[in-house]
Amino acid sequence: MTYNDRVVRQFTVATVLWGIVGMLVGVLIAAQLWIPALNFDIPWLTYSRLRPLHTNAVIFAFGGCALFATSLYVVQRTCHVRLISDKLAAFVFWGWQLVIVSAAVTLPLGITQSKEYAELEWPIDILIAVVWVAYAVLFLGTIAKRRVSHIYVANWFYAAFIITIALLHIVNNLSIPVSLWKSYPIYTGAVDGMVQWWYGHNAVGFFLTAGFLGMMYYYVPKQAERPVYSYRLSIVHFWALISIYMWAGPHHLQYTSLPDWLQSLGMVFSLILLAPSWGGMINGLMTLSGAWHKLRTDPILKFMIVALSFYGMSTFEGPMMSIKTVNALSHYTDWTIGHVHSGALGWVAMMTIGSLYCMIPRLVGKKEMHSVSAIDLHFWISTIGVVLYIASMWIAGVMQGLMWRAFNEDGTLTYTFIETIAATKPYYAIRLLGGILFTAGMFVMAWNCWRTMAGAKPVEVEAAPPANWDTPAEGAQA
Amino acid sequence: MDSTLLRAAILVVLMIGFIGTWIWAWSRKRKPEFDRAARMPLEEDAVRTDRRGADED
Repeated sequence: MTYNDRVVRQFTVATVLWGIVGMLVGVLIAAQLWIPALNFDIPWLTYSRLRPLHTNAVIFAFGGCALFATSLYVVQRTCHVRLISDKLAAFVFWGWQLVIVSAAVTLPLGITQSKEYAELEWPIDILIAVVWVAYAVLFLGTIAKRRVSHIYVANWFYAAFIITIALLHIVNNLSIPVSLWKSYPIYTGAVDGMVQWWYGHNAVGFFLTAGFLGMMYYYVPKQAERPVYSYRLSIVHFWALISIYMWAGPHHLQYTSLPDWLQSLGMVFSLILLAPSWGGMINGLMTLSGAWHKLRTDPILKFMIVALSFYGMSTFEGPMMSIKTVNALSHYTDWTIGHVHSGALGWVAMMTIGSLYCMIPRLVGKKEMHSVSAIDLHFWISTIGVVLYIASMWIAGVMQGLMWRAFNEDGTLTYTFIETIAATKPYYAIRLLGGILFTAGMFVMAWNCWRTMAGAKPVEVEAAPPANWDTPAEGAQA
Repeated sequence: MDSTLLRAAILVVLMIGFIGTWIWAWSRKRKPEFDRAARMPLEEDAVRTDRRGADED
C-alpha cells in the first residue's frame, strides 16, 4: 500500500497559485483605498466587489487548499493508511477548484448574499456543502480505516475544523432563493446578525485556527525534529478551544441592537479564549525550544516561530479588542483590519508557507527545496511586509477612533468624516507597501516551488506498517 | 426546573468535564501512549519510486 500524494501535490500547487491571486487582489484594493481612481470606473473593479473576492480567495482558496493539502498528507502519515478513495480525493480537489472559480466570476459581477465571508450565492453554497461533505467522508473515513490505534492530535484539530465548518456553512447559508442568483436569508434583524457572526467568528476559530493548529502539530515537530512538548497539554487545550470558540461571536456586534447580555457573554468568552489559545502557542514554542540553534540555518523554522509568535500576539489582541470599552474605540476602524492581518498573514500564511516548504521536497523525493536562500529571502520580505502592514493599520485605526469620538465644547464633532480619511491616507500607502512585499514573497515561493517540483518524478511513498499501541495496562483497543 | 438551578447544574457539569479532562490527560497510565504519540511526526517515510501505480490497497 502506498499513500495518495497526488491530491496533496495538486492542492499544494493550488495553494501557491491562489495565494498569489488572492494577495494580488488585496494589493489592488489596498491601492484603491490610497488612490480611489484605481477602480478605473469599471463596475467589476470596484472596491465593494473586489474586497469579498480578496477575502474569499485568501481564506477559502489559499487557506483552504493549504488545509486540504496538509490534512490529507498528515492523516495518511499518522494513520499509516492510504486515503479511502482516490476518486473521492479527485472529486474534492476539482470540486473545490470549481467553487473557487465560481466565486472569482460571480463576486466581481456583483452577485452576493452580502454576508461577510459568506457572500457566495445559493447555487455555489450547495456546491460547497457537497464538496465539504465529500471531504469529511474522505478524511474521517481514512481515520476510521487507520492502522494505528492512536488518533494523532493533529487529526483531532483537522476533524474539528471539518465538522464545524460543515455545520457553520449550512446553518448560516439557509436562505430562500428567488432566482438563480438571488436569495434571502431565512433569518431577520438581530437574529440574522447573530447567526452571521456565530458563523463569522467560528470561521476564524475553526477554519483559520483549529485547522492551522492541526498543521502546526505535525509540521513544527517534523521540521524541528523534536517531539511535541506536551502532548497532554495539546489534548486539554484542544477541548477547551473548541468548547469556548463557539460562544465568542457576539463580540463582533458590540453596541449594536443585539441584546446587551449577549454582547457581554461574547466578551467574557473571548477573554477566556486567551487561555486555550496560548496553550497552543506555548506548546508550539516549547516544541521549538531546544532547537533554537537551528534557527540560524533553517529559514523554515523561522517562518514557524514567527507564525507562532503572531498567533500568540493576535490571540492576545483579540480578547482585548472584545472588551466593550476597547471595542468602542477599535470597532469600524482600521485597527480591526490590522488585527485580522496579524492573524491572517502572520499566523495563517506564515504557518502555511513554513509547512509547505517542509512538505514539498518530500512530495517529490528531494531532501530540501531548490533554494534555501530563497526561503530566507521570502522570510525576510514577508516579515517586513507584515510588520509594515500591521503597524500602519494600528496607528491609522487608533487615530480614526480618537478622531471620530472627539467633541467640541458645544457638543459638535471636532472632525468631519472626510478629515479622518485624509489623515489616514499616508498609512494606506504604507499598508500598500506591506502588502506588495508580502505578495512579492509569494512570487519567490512560486519560483522556488517551480524549480523544486517541475520535472521531478512524483514519488510513490510506501505506507508505514500497522502499529498496535496496546499497552499491557490498557488491554485491546480499536 | 427553574432556570437558576439549571444554570448552576450546567456550570457544575462543565467544571467536572474540564477538570476530568485534566485528570484524564495527566494520568500516569496514559504517559507511555502520549510519549509515543508526541513522536509521531518524526517517523520518516519509506520512499519507493520503482513501481509507480502497481500497488494495491
